Amino acid sequence: MTVKQISVFLENKPNQLAEFVKVLNENHIDMRAMSVADTKDFGILRVIVDDTYKTACVLKDAGYICSITPVLAVEIPDEPGGLTKLLTILGENGVNLEYTYAFITRKKETAYMIFRVEDNEKAIEVLTKHGITPICQDALNEL
Amino acid sequence: MEHYYQPEIECASREQIRAWQDERLVHTVKHVYDNVPYYRNMMEEKGVTPADIKSADDLHKLPFITKDDLRDAYPYGLLAVPLSEAVRIQSTSGTTGRRVVAFYTQHDIDLWDDCCARAIMAAGGTKDDVVHVSYGYGLFTGGPGLNGGSHKVGSLTLPMSSGNTDRQIQFMIDLGSTILCCTPSYAAYLAETICERGLQEQIKLKAGIFGAEAWSEEMRQDIQNKLGIKAYDIYGLTEISGPGVSFECSAQTGMHINEDHFIAEIIDPQTGEVLPDGEKGELVFTSITKEAFPLLRYRTRDICVLSHEECPCGRTHVKMTKPMGRSDDMLIVKGVNVFPSQIETVLLNKGYPANYQITVSREHNSDKLEVQVEMTPEMFSDSLGQIAKREEELIAALKAMLGIYAKVQLVAPKSIARSEGKAVRVIDKRNLY
Repeated sequence: MTVKQISVFLENKPNQLAEFVKVLNENHIDMRAMSVADTKDFGILRVIVDDTYKTACVLKDAGYICSITPVLAVEIPDEPGGLTKLLTILGENGVNLEYTYAFITRKKETAYMIFRVEDNEKAIEVLTKHGITPICQDALNEL
Repeated sequence: MEHYYQPEIECASREQIRAWQDERLVHTVKHVYDNVPYYRNMMEEKGVTPADIKSADDLHKLPFITKDDLRDAYPYGLLAVPLSEAVRIQSTSGTTGRRVVAFYTQHDIDLWDDCCARAIMAAGGTKDDVVHVSYGYGLFTGGPGLNGGSHKVGSLTLPMSSGNTDRQIQFMIDLGSTILCCTPSYAAYLAETICERGLQEQIKLKAGIFGAEAWSEEMRQDIQNKLGIKAYDIYGLTEISGPGVSFECSAQTGMHINEDHFIAEIIDPQTGEVLPDGEKGELVFTSITKEAFPLLRYRTRDICVLSHEECPCGRTHVKMTKPMGRSDDMLIVKGVNVFPSQIETVLLNKGYPANYQITVSREHNSDKLEVQVEMTPEMFSDSLGQIAKREEELIAALKAMLGIYAKVQLVAPKSIARSEGKAVRVIDKRNLY
C-alpha cells in the first residue's frame, strides 16, 4: 500500500532542473508529482512518475544519482480542512512525518498527499484503523 | 637609526661569516655522522664521510634530506643528542602521517631566540617596546619563537596567542602594544576590524612582524596604511628551527638569512644542481649550530632567489626573496601546511571517490579551503538529514587530518573534470606568488 518515489541528487545551480525535466520529456515519462528539498549547495528532487522502473534506468544512463523510496499516497478531499483530519490521526498516534507534499489530479475535488514516514507499516495500520486507505502503485498509475 | 641585536654578527665581514660556516659545518657533519645512524647510512650510501667535508665548498657532496626522511625517522630517528639533553619538541601542522617533529636543547632554543631577537630589532624593537605575539603557542613555532626573541630583546612580551579578536584589540589598546607579531592575514583582519571600529587613534603600534604564510606587496601596503605601521616579513620553518631563519630589515627588500646558523643554497628542483646567485630555484638549508636536530641540506620546497647585494641596513648576510612558489604540491592555508594527498586519504577512508577538487581562496584577508566531492550512489540518501550528517562527518575527518576547517561541497557525479595525465586537483585563487 505504498507508492514508489524517485529521489534524485541535483546541484543547486542554474539549469539543473530544466536539464532533468528534459531527460524525462525525451523519454516520454509523465510526472504525477514533484517536490524539491534544497540546501545551500544541493537539492533532492523527489518525483512520482508513471513508470518508476523505466525512469530509474533512464536517469542512471543519463548519469544521475537516484534512489527509490516507498512513500504513502493518501487521497483527501480538495477543500478547506481536508488535511486536518488526516494529520491529526497521524499526530495523535505518534507517526512522525519526515516530509510531505501534495498534488492534485484531473479527477475533480480530490487531492493527494505524499507522506514520507519512518515506519510505513505503522502508519498504514494507524490510517486503516481510521478508515483511510493509502493508495497503491496501480491505483496511482491509473490517475 | 638601524637597530641590531648582535651587530658584530649581523654586520660581520663576508670572510668572517664564511669562516664561521666552514668551521661549524665540519663540526655538524661529524656530529650527525657520529650520533645519528640515519645520517650515517645516508652518507655511506652517497660515499661521503666527515673527512670529505673540509669547508662549506664541500657542502654539495652531502646528500639532501627531505620531509619524507623526517617522516621516516619519526619520532626520534634524527635526534642527535641523548634524550636527557633535549628540552623541547615543536611540530609542523599536519597529521600522523605527515607530522614532523623537531627537537631542541636549551642551547638550540637560545640561538633560535637570538634569531627572533634580530628580527624584532630589525623591525625597530627595543627593550622599551611592548611586543604583542598573536601567533599560536603550542606545537606551532610561531608563538614560542617570537616570544623568546622578545624576551632576549628585553621587550615587554604579551603572549596573546591566536584568536579572540576583541580581546586582542582591547589588550592592544590598554597595554599600548607597539609591535604586533602574527600571520599577515590575521594582521589584515585586525587592521580591518580596528578601522571599522574607528580605533586607529587608540592604537600605539609602530611595526608588525608577519610570517608563516605568503603575502603580497599589496597586502603589506594595505596593513601599513590601515594601522600606520611598518610591516616586516619573517621566514622560517620548524625543521630548521622556526621563525627567524630569515627576516626583513628596514630596507624591506628581502629577508636576511642568519648565515652564522644556516647555510642557504639554491638548487634546481629537478636535477638537484646548485644554481648561482640570482637564479630562481629551490631553497635548501643546512643548520650548522643545532645540537638536537641538525639538518644537512634540507629541501624546503620553497622557490626563491638569493642576493648578496649590499644592503643599506648594514647587514652583510645574504637576502632571500619571499617564497615565489613551491616545488611540491603543498599548500599553506591559514599558516597551516596542507597536502592534497592528505585530503585524498580522508576521502578514500570515508568511502568517497578519489575524484575531488580543492579550491583555496582568500576572502576578507582570510584563507578559505573548499573541497568539492562527487556524490556517489552509496553516499546518496533520500533524506537531507542523512546527507548532511555524512557531510559533517567528512568535515570533522578533514579537520582532524588537516587541523583546519575545510568546507565540503557535494557535487554531481562526473562533474569534476577528468584530466588527461596529471590531475588538476588544486585551484589556488589567492594569486600569492
